Amino acid sequence: MLRKEDPRLVTGTGSFTADIKLPGMVYVRFVRSPYAHAKIKSIDTSKAKALKGVVAVFIAKDVKLNPVPTAWTIPNADLKIPKYYPLAVDKVRYVGDPVAVVVAEDPYTARDAAELVEVEYEPLPAVVEQEEAVKPGAPQLYDEVPNNVAFTWRLSGGNVDAAFASADVVVKHKFVNQRLQPTAMETRAVVAEYNASTDSYTVWITSQNPHVHRLLFSAILGVPEHKLRVIAPDVGGGFGSKITVYGDEALVVYLSKLVRKPVYWWEERSENYHSSTHGRDHVEYVELAAKSDGTITGLRVKVYANLGAYLSTAAPGVPTYLFALMLSGCYKIPNIQAEVVGVLTNTSPVDAYRGAGRPEASYLLERMVDLLSRRLGKDPVEIRLKNFIQKDEMPYTVATGLTYDSGDYAAALKKALEIVGYEKLREEQKRRRNAEKLLGIGISSYIEVCGLGPSKAVRGTGFGLGLWESATVRMHPSGKVSVYTGSSPHGQGEETTFAQIVSYELGVPVEDVEIIHGDTAMIPFGMGTYGSRTTPVGGGAIALACRELVAKGAKIAAHLLDTRVENVVFDAGRGAYLVRDNPQRSVSIQEVAIASYQADRLPPGVEPGFEATKFYDPENFVFPYGTHICVVEVDAQTGQVEIKRYVAVDDCGVHINPMLVEGQVHGGVVQGLGQAMLEHSVYDKSGTLITASLNEYAIPTSVESPKIESHFIYTPSPHNPLGVKGVGETGTIASAQAYVNAVVDALSHLGVQDIQMPLTPERVWRAIHRS
Amino acid sequence: MEAQKLQKKVSVSIKINGKVYTADVEPRLLLVHFIRDVAGLTGTHIGCDTSNCGACTVLLNGKSLKSCTMFAVQANGAEILTIEGLAKDGELHPIQKAFWENHGLQCGYCTPGMIMQAYWLLQNNPNPTEEDVRKGISGNLCRCTGYQNIVKSILAAAKEMRGR
Repeated sequence: MLRKEDPRLVTGTGSFTADIKLPGMVYVRFVRSPYAHAKIKSIDTSKAKALKGVVAVFIAKDVKLNPVPTAWTIPNADLKIPKYYPLAVDKVRYVGDPVAVVVAEDPYTARDAAELVEVEYEPLPAVVEQEEAVKPGAPQLYDEVPNNVAFTWRLSGGNVDAAFASADVVVKHKFVNQRLQPTAMETRAVVAEYNASTDSYTVWITSQNPHVHRLLFSAILGVPEHKLRVIAPDVGGGFGSKITVYGDEALVVYLSKLVRKPVYWWEERSENYHSSTHGRDHVEYVELAAKSDGTITGLRVKVYANLGAYLSTAAPGVPTYLFALMLSGCYKIPNIQAEVVGVLTNTSPVDAYRGAGRPEASYLLERMVDLLSRRLGKDPVEIRLKNFIQKDEMPYTVATGLTYDSGDYAAALKKALEIVGYEKLREEQKRRRNAEKLLGIGISSYIEVCGLGPSKAVRGTGFGLGLWESATVRMHPSGKVSVYTGSSPHGQGEETTFAQIVSYELGVPVEDVEIIHGDTAMIPFGMGTYGSRTTPVGGGAIALACRELVAKGAKIAAHLLDTRVENVVFDAGRGAYLVRDNPQRSVSIQEVAIASYQADRLPPGVEPGFEATKFYDPENFVFPYGTHICVVEVDAQTGQVEIKRYVAVDDCGVHINPMLVEGQVHGGVVQGLGQAMLEHSVYDKSGTLITASLNEYAIPTSVESPKIESHFIYTPSPHNPLGVKGVGETGTIASAQAYVNAVVDALSHLGVQDIQMPLTPERVWRAIHRS
Repeated sequence: MEAQKLQKKVSVSIKINGKVYTADVEPRLLLVHFIRDVAGLTGTHIGCDTSNCGACTVLLNGKSLKSCTMFAVQANGAEILTIEGLAKDGELHPIQKAFWENHGLQCGYCTPGMIMQAYWLLQNNPNPTEEDVRKGISGNLCRCTGYQNIVKSILAAAKEMRGR
């Protein structure tokens, strides 16, 4: 089924936030700190204000705004949330920290004026690395956060000390899961308009969750929630960086009231790289305990997570719950212990980025499994098969407390091995051990937790709200259907997928179904799109709303057909209600709809109208999993690596639109490979972001990206209304370690154990020559 | 004061998708801003500030160009084709149709630039190999699709266009 989104997008008639033009619009430009850490001595805006075409210039004391909230307040972690304001008050704490804001009649004048704002700084020593930042004597970002430690969080299951004490072998390793820049192709933008007569605001914004933006804007601005309308129009990717509710965005909204004109702000790429959230940035000390036969008995992990200069919206939960809860992976690891120290540094804020904690977990696990198999002289396949949770052991509660609902990890691995021709590859590898081009095979058996998520569990972690999703399904008198979803897709295609669900449930043509998303004025509260929740939870809500609508229709149909409701059956294929023992007698769902609006032939107790609203709170997370195998050729002379094959076997349950599912696998895999091959967000010691443009920060192009052989296993989720699991992040959770395992495997006979991501040719070459 | 002196406006006329747009512009106005804000054609997007991403790709006098790397004054008198000029009488161009049929886009932000680059690529090489396509679009970044279906779309469009 082709996408409903595409006709407008392939013709350039989509409406992205930066495309919006309102009469009388003025343009916003931020003045941002060039220092990573400095006191603000003075700010002189007089020259800027004097420039022709400048409407206004504001600094912190001109705007009365509340601190930017952190919405995931993890419990039992001694969490300290520093106060962070949209405009710096007396100190700047990262390069890019907003200090002043200019409003002008055209964007070029706004830029000119921003350069005329004179800020006198007193530079302070900066600290950019997390282990440096917690040392005594390190520069302190906030008085209220001693040693820059924002939290210390622990998780423990089983008896890790006993496991290590009795282990036959202990493998220890330090990993750096390096900082990344999400790089959605569309940067952030906000257009805001204040209506003085109703004292209300309309905001168009590049958001993954408009209602969350509305709620937190309400807190920052001190404006009642119902006076804010937030609209996410077409959004050009997010990958987590547009979940965050940013101070600069809130300020733009506020400016619309201050200047009494519609305001327009667009983030250029270098600005995006400085002030939109980054991802990952863990330093991890990992220890694995095992028996000599390869049985893993324990895992101990200590992580220093770099959070940047302030705690972003979801930041505390990503390197803690979303990371550590998945430390069992696909394996039976009875004893697990994790300690995560969240550290503030003079760098850009870090928050969720595609996978958000789960790539970090599966990376270290799959690398450790390879290191263990190397230590024991066993095939990495053997170690995995030995430790997998088996299909007939489901549902299985792991040591971290999660209960996996379904899955056959061994089947995915075996299928991938067969497709890639594993035995033959191992033979070829042996033959080529002394060749110029070495062959390497990397296996990644991943599992992840998504379809966020059951509200009780999620609230137990300190998340600010539940993670249910809303849906209103309304059939109009003419039989067309409008669906109002709290999901907020930005490329994933749910305008199509959701229409398919409705078509399937109600028996109406897909063309008759319209999916409305992204506008808080039209939709009951929605939690948005991230955490691979849109189809499982958003789609689940829609399915349940459809079923409730069908049930209401049955009562009306029974009345129209002059029979009891128990005698009526809905045939979705025909889109009609039939009399069970006389199927010739039927009435279409459209006829039922009209009857509901005419309301003169309704049975007692049934209201007019034909719509249903459901808030679906999933009873569990969903756990997609799979095995990816990457085959590489390493040039021993140059360190260059070529991907010869990439096989993905994934199980994400039921597929509603197979073409879109595969598209998510492709995109997710390439993003993970980006981390493994190319990407690294780099700061120098003074806190300057070196990778501040696409000239320095390399994301995969069409040339580096491999052709992905995508295959599937289908184990429906037993608790999801559609049997669906998520797939938006699985590729990213699987691929980085598949690549690294492959390159290390190619060089294992030379004694190479690990290479730090990104595996640039220089790093690969040095690893070869060091060994 | 110096900055404002330099910005004395200049009259330019640029033909975009067959229609001439004339305006007085600052010499430093980027061509992509002329296309988006003066001509009002917002299908051409901006994704970076270093000419790496290709979201702003258009055709200028028949050749593909990243329109962020040219000033509007440099394009005075030129003929430009943007994404909005591809479909004829409401019928999609084969490349647009192929992207739709082969899921060659997800968020759609890189798509106009990608399609324009594909248009130029196929004009010069109507029967490209997969490697030709991957090299040919290597100046256009996509963060959503992993490129696989973009390549598939372009090869499908090439086949259809050869058949006509």
